[in-house]
Amino acid sequence: MSTTIYISGDSTAISIGANRTAAAVVKEAAQRGIAVNLVRNGSRGLFWLEPLVEVVVNNDRVAYGAVNHSDVAGLFDADFINGGHHSLALGAVEEIPYFKKQQRLTFARVGITDPISLDDYLAHDGYRGLKNALASSQADIVKQVTDSGLRGRGGAAFPTGIKWNTVLNTPSEQKYIICNADEGDSGTFSDRMIMEGDPFVLIEGMTIAGLAVGANQGFIYLRVEYPHAHKALNAAIAKAYEASYLGDNIQGSGKKFDLEVRLGAGAYVCGEETSLMESLEGKRGLVRFKPPLPAISGLFGQPTVVNNVISLASVPVILDKGGDYYRDFGMGRSRGTLPLQLAGNLKHTGLVEIAFGMTLRELLYDFGCGSATGRPIKAVQVGGPLGAFVPESQFDTPLDYEAFAANWTVLGHGGVVAFDDTMNMAEMARYAMEFCAIESCGKCTPCRIGSTRGIEVMDDIINNVDREKNVVLLRSLCDTLLNGSLCALGGMTPYPVLSALNHFPEDFGLDAV
Amino acid sequence: MTASTTTETVQTIIAELKDKQGALLPILHGIQNALGYIPPDSVPAIAQGLNLSRAEVHGVISFYHYFRDTPAGKHTVHLCRAESCQSMGSNALEAHVKTKLGIDYHETTADGQFSLEPVYCLGNCACSPAMQIGEEIYGRVSADSFDDIMNDLGADA
Ligand SMILES: Cc1cc2nc3c(=O)[nH]c(=O)nc-3n(C[C@H](O)[C@H](O)[C@H](O)COP(=O)(O)O)c2cc1C
Ligand code: SF4
Ligand code: FES
Repeated sequence: MSTTIYISGDSTAISIGANRTAAAVVKEAAQRGIAVNLVRNGSRGLFWLEPLVEVVVNNDRVAYGAVNHSDVAGLFDADFINGGHHSLALGAVEEIPYFKKQQRLTFARVGITDPISLDDYLAHDGYRGLKNALASSQADIVKQVTDSGLRGRGGAAFPTGIKWNTVLNTPSEQKYIICNADEGDSGTFSDRMIMEGDPFVLIEGMTIAGLAVGANQGFIYLRVEYPHAHKALNAAIAKAYEASYLGDNIQGSGKKFDLEVRLGAGAYVCGEETSLMESLEGKRGLVRFKPPLPAISGLFGQPTVVNNVISLASVPVILDKGGDYYRDFGMGRSRGTLPLQLAGNLKHTGLVEIAFGMTLRELLYDFGCGSATGRPIKAVQVGGPLGAFVPESQFDTPLDYEAFAANWTVLGHGGVVAFDDTMNMAEMARYAMEFCAIESCGKCTPCRIGSTRGIEVMDDIINNVDREKNVVLLRSLCDTLLNGSLCALGGMTPYPVLSALNHFPEDFGLDAV
Repeated sequence: MTASTTTETVQTIIAELKDKQGALLPILHGIQNALGYIPPDSVPAIAQGLNLSRAEVHGVISFYHYFRDTPAGKHTVHLCRAESCQSMGSNALEAHVKTKLGIDYHETTADGQFSLEPVYCLGNCACSPAMQIGEEIYGRVSADSFDDIMNDLGADA
């Protein structure tokens, strides 16, 4: 009988040696005449423990981590195949507090199943949501999603059910479902992890969306920086077609849904939904004026649902367990769970899916365990490159869209990047302007020209050239960006810039307030 | 690759993909995948295949950071410049990489081995600083581990 061993095939796990560890396990097992069945699962999301090795012993999974390839022979010597004791032994992942305290709804299967095994997916509650959807009316599917309180996880937090309802009620021969898998926000990787670790859940969510609004064609617009996700999605899509979960006659229902992955080409602005549609149409990614809303006139002028990966991947559990089940997690108008991504200078980086409502401080210290460097955390940037820098004085803010907005901060896609006290926030403000200049689509003047001007102004401030005067200029530039930009790239660049200036004036050479 | 096989490759890719909806990006990806870049003299063929003007095709190629119209080195190092990587020392790593390779961003080493491109997040922020070379992603990159990776890649040149 062969022993099943799980070693993550997640690209971050690979980036720190999971492939070398896997190769060492296979080699060592062969040399010792031990039969192993190696499964490359998604990551459990506890990255300080990657490469994580899990061995199935009497139907339980026993974990060891972080396992370097050079540790492998020692693990065999310790009889880890039978759960033997070793200094890297962790017991069951489910009992590690970082994991145990989470509420994994959207990420329920990630790290547990073989990502591209349809049998595994079905054995772990996969396609139950679709089954219910096939037995429901379109309006009822949309109602479940509306009742769940799900709001878009791509950044703007718009209620998903309302968007779907608009598309449902806009008559057209052709409608589209677009999955926004551009995941351009720095500090975020939940889309990547779920696409690599459980691609079927996204496919199922998009299929349900197609049924709900009457769209028979879906596109996943995937950033080109994600080659592993690309492979996993294509492999899963091929299997879904083979088993009639995609195609002309989904599970004998007579309903049709086709799905294709399209690659982006390194433009951050193409994550903005109208720019994304221009790109899918084969054009430069210039942001469109709204209205018309994409829900009414989107891709190729047709009614289109554009949703983030996590929004769509949360739909199957909602259709499986009901909108009420999902809505019972969370606080205020932020319902359900948010997969947070702990990044940057933290000891325990990783994925934390949890109901809205926990404070940022709990997240940073109870989960993140403080900075990796051991120095004080000076600030965190939440919500990607257009998110504000949050100072320590605001760490008690609950993770909730409205509570964040009240502080002039954003939760966005849930990325949390920590910085220690060696970081200079004026440099970060300069970088934010530079990023805006590099990524601007060029359609509006404040963003195109103002950002370049902003870099110069920041340089002058940093170099103490007419500092006071330039700070006034910087504020007025930010005002123009805030009020005169067509999209949030220009419109929100002031968030990191002004939050850095307001909370860390001493880094700008100004007196603290 | 000779000029005629390049033209053939481009023609085959266009013929294969041109009937897709929004075919231009898939075609450009196809060409860059096959040739490592999009040769400027392939623009007229693409324009003709898709019924676009050359200016439109050129405009699209130049809009996207990922597409290049000059050949790259044998290996392209995509170094992450974004915030999470900065928080873990990518600025110092960047300086080291530029000195080590003797080139700046958007340049290629004289021996044609390495090109250097900036990238703004690889989704590897849990193990910053990060870089990508081909389909390989590297996490927690230090000056030393960078040198080791370069030596390994250079050795199989
Ligand atoms: C500059 C810019 C970049 C964006 N990048 C992304 C992205 O990478 N992924 C994403 O899902 N949404 C992104 N968005 C938000 C989208 O425009 C859109 O709101 C979202 O895809 C809608 O899906 P949701 O309702 O499920 O969040 C971006 C917006 C802007 C202005
Ligand atoms: S704000 Fe910038 S990125 Fe957005 S539409 Fe205007 S120019 Fe384009
Ligand atoms: S910020 Fe560098 S990988 Fe995300």
